[in-house]
Amino acid sequence: MDSAVQGKDAVREALPENRALASLLAWKTDAVLDAKYHLKELTVTIARDEIRGACQAVKAAGYNFLEDVTCVDWYPSEPRFQVTYHILSHSLKDRVRLISPVESIDPTIDSITSIWPSANFYEREVWDLFGVRFHGHPELRRIMLPEEWDGHPLRKDYPVEGYR
Amino acid sequence: MPTSPELAKFIETSTLLKARPEEGSKDHTMVLNMGPQHPSTHGVLRLVIEIDGETVLKVVPDIGYLHTGIEKTCEAKFYQQVVPMTDRIDYLCPMTNNLAYCLAIEKLLQLEIPDRAQWIRVLLNELTRLNSHLVWLGTHAMDIGALTVFLYTFREREDILRIFEHVSGQRMMTSYFRVGGLALEPPLDFFDRVKTFIKRLPEKIDEYENLLTGNPIFFNRLKGVGHLSAEDAIALGVTGPPLRASGVDWDLRRDMPYSSYEKFQFQVPVSNDCDVWARYVVRIQEMRESVKIIEQALAGMPEGRITADAPHMVLPDREKMKTQMESLIYHFKIVTEGFTVPAGQVYQAVESPRGEMGYLAVSHGTTMPYRVHMRNPSFATLQALQTMCAGRLIADVVAVIGSIDIVLGEIDR
Repeated sequence: MDSAVQGKDAVREALPENRALASLLAWKTDAVLDAKYHLKELTVTIARDEIRGACQAVKAAGYNFLEDVTCVDWYPSEPRFQVTYHILSHSLKDRVRLISPVESIDPTIDSITSIWPSANFYEREVWDLFGVRFHGHPELRRIMLPEEWDGHPLRKDYPVEGYR
Repeated sequence: MPTSPELAKFIETSTLLKARPEEGSKDHTMVLNMGPQHPSTHGVLRLVIEIDGETVLKVVPDIGYLHTGIEKTCEAKFYQQVVPMTDRIDYLCPMTNNLAYCLAIEKLLQLEIPDRAQWIRVLLNELTRLNSHLVWLGTHAMDIGALTVFLYTFREREDILRIFEHVSGQRMMTSYFRVGGLALEPPLDFFDRVKTFIKRLPEKIDEYENLLTGNPIFFNRLKGVGHLSAEDAIALGVTGPPLRASGVDWDLRRDMPYSSYEKFQFQVPVSNDCDVWARYVVRIQEMRESVKIIEQALAGMPEGRITADAPHMVLPDREKMKTQMESLIYHFKIVTEGFTVPAGQVYQAVESPRGEMGYLAVSHGTTMPYRVHMRNPSFATLQALQTMCAGRLIADVVAVIGSIDIVLGEIDR
């Protein structure tokens, strides 16, 4: 069985060759809160205010393609939202997942549309379905639901069958 | 002028009016609404297009008409019950969705899938790719004005759907894959039917090419239209055939293989022309490569089980269930309470006919997924529409939409 490696130093030791983690630690060690290597997938936790810099750092390390931005709601625990970025490298044939914890008291995070324009739709989707706002997004409005919709359906406190 | 406060509020907050291109553009431009019910938008895509005469200045896609909250529904289903939901995301390639979801959950469970199941999955995935590309070719040519091709491609697609019906009992929403393997052993003559079909297909593809490739009208409508450079394609998240038609040599089947794809030999067609014609050429070649993969799968099909050796997750054989107490208990438990999946997060991406189809599955150790998220190729590719259409004619917008082969079901989910 494949057991998890937890903690940034332990993962650094287990994956000395990994360019994503190396570049993030070289960029700003304090911004990297945690790292996990589980089921051959690397997850790096980044402080919320540093996500844009972290994306720039992994992009400079050769991770050139943003696959996805999404969110997981860990209601009722805090930090409630886990904004998740999947970034792929065409040259290294490797993928890294950056996650960033966001508190429910201030559900905002920096937009990364200036680094990858493709983040535009993904971030709109996260705003629409989770209610996490992105600073610096060019046109943050709902994408799936009508503009006058009440609430954000993928939050865990939103009932599956909707409000009746 | 708004007469009531409700109307004023509606005008202020309405998506319909906000989707209109920005104010301050030139006075002589016009806003044209295309869709959501338009034959060439392949579903319910609404485009708000700002035009100057016949020239397109700006394209703003407005989506969400098919949003059914599949991701939310998945959170209230057992792991096995999610499989039929995945069919309905991209209704042209159900098997690809099934595969991506099953692989993600199997990764969380660390299940070993027998070779035979993996090879049948590959075979069915390539048939699905053919199915999807045939629909694309027929409708794309029809958008351009070549109506005949549609009748030809749907003839072959019908054969594929009959094969699907034969193997799974359903033509389109197959739900044939299971977490841990396949639903059933394929019927006895399944492989023969696939073989007969595959033998005929290359000459049928020649037939389509006879109708289209040398056709000057078709060529002139496609060549040089919808230019998308490699840098733009990567920046805008474009994957699959449009990415390869922009000169980026990237295919998940070859570069990050899953489900035994590393055991198959095939070429990844790439073109540097970056236009609608290049996407047409790439897809036609992909169909020929899919035929090769299916031939290899038929020739080397391993023997053995079709489900993993995990009795607490995989439903037992019908025969065993009726004769053995243990199997009956497992059957009852799996059906009534599902199976638990260890906590963790995985992301599994596969190469769907439209590009990278990725599933993020988050488990917190219960019988239901905590979160299932789908990364859909069409959703990202739609963002490139503005880059591809700006400065071209309205008629070219139709050609471009056809070339990115969108399925609105997977965009809206």
